[in-house]
Amino acid sequence: MGFIEIKDLNVHYPIRGGFFNTIQDHVRAVDGVTFEIEAGKTYGLVGESGSGKTTIGKSIIGLEKITSGQIFYDGEDVTNKARKRSGKYEEYNREVQMIFQDSASSSNPKKRIIDVIAEPIRNFSKLTPGEEKKRILELLDIVGMPEDALYKYPHEFSGGQRQRIGVARAVACQPKLIIADEPTSALDLSVQAQVLNFMRNIQDQFKLSYLFISHDLGVVKHMSDDIAIMHRGRFVEVGSKNEIFNNPQHIYTKRLLSAIPDINPRDREQHKTLRKAVEREYTESESQYYDENKRVYDLKPLTDTHLVALKPDGKGGDF
Amino acid sequence: MFLGGIILAVERSLLEINHLETAFRINDQYYNAVDDVSLTLENNEILAIVGESGSGKSTLATSIVGLHDPLNTQIKGEALYKDLNLLNLNEQLYNRIRGNDIGMIFQDPLGSLNPLMTIHDQIAEALIYHTKLDSEARTNRVLELLNQVGIPNPPRVMKQYPHELSGGMRQRVVIAIALSCKPPIIIADEPTTALDVTIQAQILDLLKDLQEETGTGIILITHDLGVVAEMADRVAVMYAGEIVEEATALELFENPMHPYTRSLLNSMPQTSDELEDETKDLHVIQGTVPSLSKMKRSGCRFAPRIPWIADEEHEENPTLHEVAPNHFVRCTCYKHFHFEGEGE
Repeated sequence: MGFIEIKDLNVHYPIRGGFFNTIQDHVRAVDGVTFEIEAGKTYGLVGESGSGKTTIGKSIIGLEKITSGQIFYDGEDVTNKARKRSGKYEEYNREVQMIFQDSASSSNPKKRIIDVIAEPIRNFSKLTPGEEKKRILELLDIVGMPEDALYKYPHEFSGGQRQRIGVARAVACQPKLIIADEPTSALDLSVQAQVLNFMRNIQDQFKLSYLFISHDLGVVKHMSDDIAIMHRGRFVEVGSKNEIFNNPQHIYTKRLLSAIPDINPRDREQHKTLRKAVEREYTESESQYYDENKRVYDLKPLTDTHLVALKPDGKGGDF
Repeated sequence: MFLGGIILAVERSLLEINHLETAFRINDQYYNAVDDVSLTLENNEILAIVGESGSGKSTLATSIVGLHDPLNTQIKGEALYKDLNLLNLNEQLYNRIRGNDIGMIFQDPLGSLNPLMTIHDQIAEALIYHTKLDSEARTNRVLELLNQVGIPNPPRVMKQYPHELSGGMRQRVVIAIALSCKPPIIIADEPTTALDVTIQAQILDLLKDLQEETGTGIILITHDLGVVAEMADRVAVMYAGEIVEEATALELFENPMHPYTRSLLNSMPQTSDELEDETKDLHVIQGTVPSLSKMKRSGCRFAPRIPWIADEEHEENPTLHEVAPNHFVRCTCYKHFHFEGEGE
């Protein structure tokens, strides 16, 4: 059982137009998504830009209004309650935190690092200035930053360092779930390795769960236990890392996997042929995998953990 | 240093870069962002230049096409194309070369298209400048190009503006512009970094097909080793403004020598199963890429990031050594390199 459950989540944006600027239709950014995250595990969310993966992350933390559906946190219904600071939702607010993609724009340029990291602490716990500083030094130590970073401003750091400050801020209040939205896609390879290692270390240390949102399948594979592949606002395939990478069933998953550049130049031609074949299958068998409105079908269980969006009559794709 | 030049001295290379140095002015001091780089590009070849941000790979490309502010930049060395040294050209001559002989594709397709011009006008602009086609012939050529880069329904797209197209389509338009005058050289600076993987695969396939069709020489600048493995014939790895390793793509991935190349390959999360033990941490290169003004100018520039390798292992003035035919590695530290914590 997961400690956070998302049930039939929908986030729709109205399209306005016509005479009185009335609502004509909706963009279904997230369209009926259900999943849960277990304590201490990493749930990977993969999809192309526009597939709705970030919207899911944002709606969990309350930056996006949920149209319908429910979020349960420890059995408590917290749908659209993420901004209620007081009372019984405080725990949810404190224990779900987020790391953003762009480290430069996600910390206030006018604040010193001590104030950037102190913000959640001041929000949620009542510490004296002395205790607060001690806590911040502890956090900086966890993310491997020197003490003199305290009184510097965000622009004085490199991208990787800023991202680590973002992580320090996210873990400041002992969260249980961190939503990491493309945390390393703006970073260089070696810096990315640093941030990823470090995220895994603190996961072990604090028994954290991650909702890891990324378009990079290599990174997601490295980090995640379970993976969901998204397309057009819906899940097309859900499964353990192993199931997704070694036994992909949905054509979209196959297409995504075949598009990853192969690191071995010897297999180049072979890989290209495979990619073209999958691409052809994708265009040809679209009706097999999507309904008339190009909507992804509902998920059907293949095994206990492996779910695939196939045509309801059971004849989806080739088995 | 002139090894690259010697091998091909018999037949003239398409582009020959010799001892290129590009220095930027910071507080009245000039610092070399590209430091003594020699490279050659052959016909019908994809040469990849790999490195992290700050390694000088884009500066190298923009120096060749003269896109730097002359007041704040010093460029030395030569870039020989046909009988011209591109680095000595005045602006007028340069304008004849750019677009006509050297096509460029940049990372951000929206930034490299004019938002106020239709797709047709943007592609036709290069044709007006470099060819004597009349307006009807130009339109035909634009349609032909849009077709060539795989844009559906060219007559419609031609009349649209950049914001109406998706990222992948925009990048195709940029490629069409680069191809418009059939240049023998194309410089592609991170052409797919801003795109999704599936679109990336399409654009890379397109570039490769076009290259095979037209025999263009492509300089592909990227930080993505996967892209290199898919595309390149030859690879030059850059670190801190220098080329640290140069080899064919096959050789580089199967037998990487320089500590930097090996570390980079090791820090990459893999998707194929057999290559990675996922419970293990990724390899991290200690320290950071030095900034321009703080860069070490003597000795092995990578030495500060592999401190467990003794000083004696490094050369005093590192040069490129040919370790195998056409495989060059800088400095001698590769001989004794091992990852930290592992034995030799």
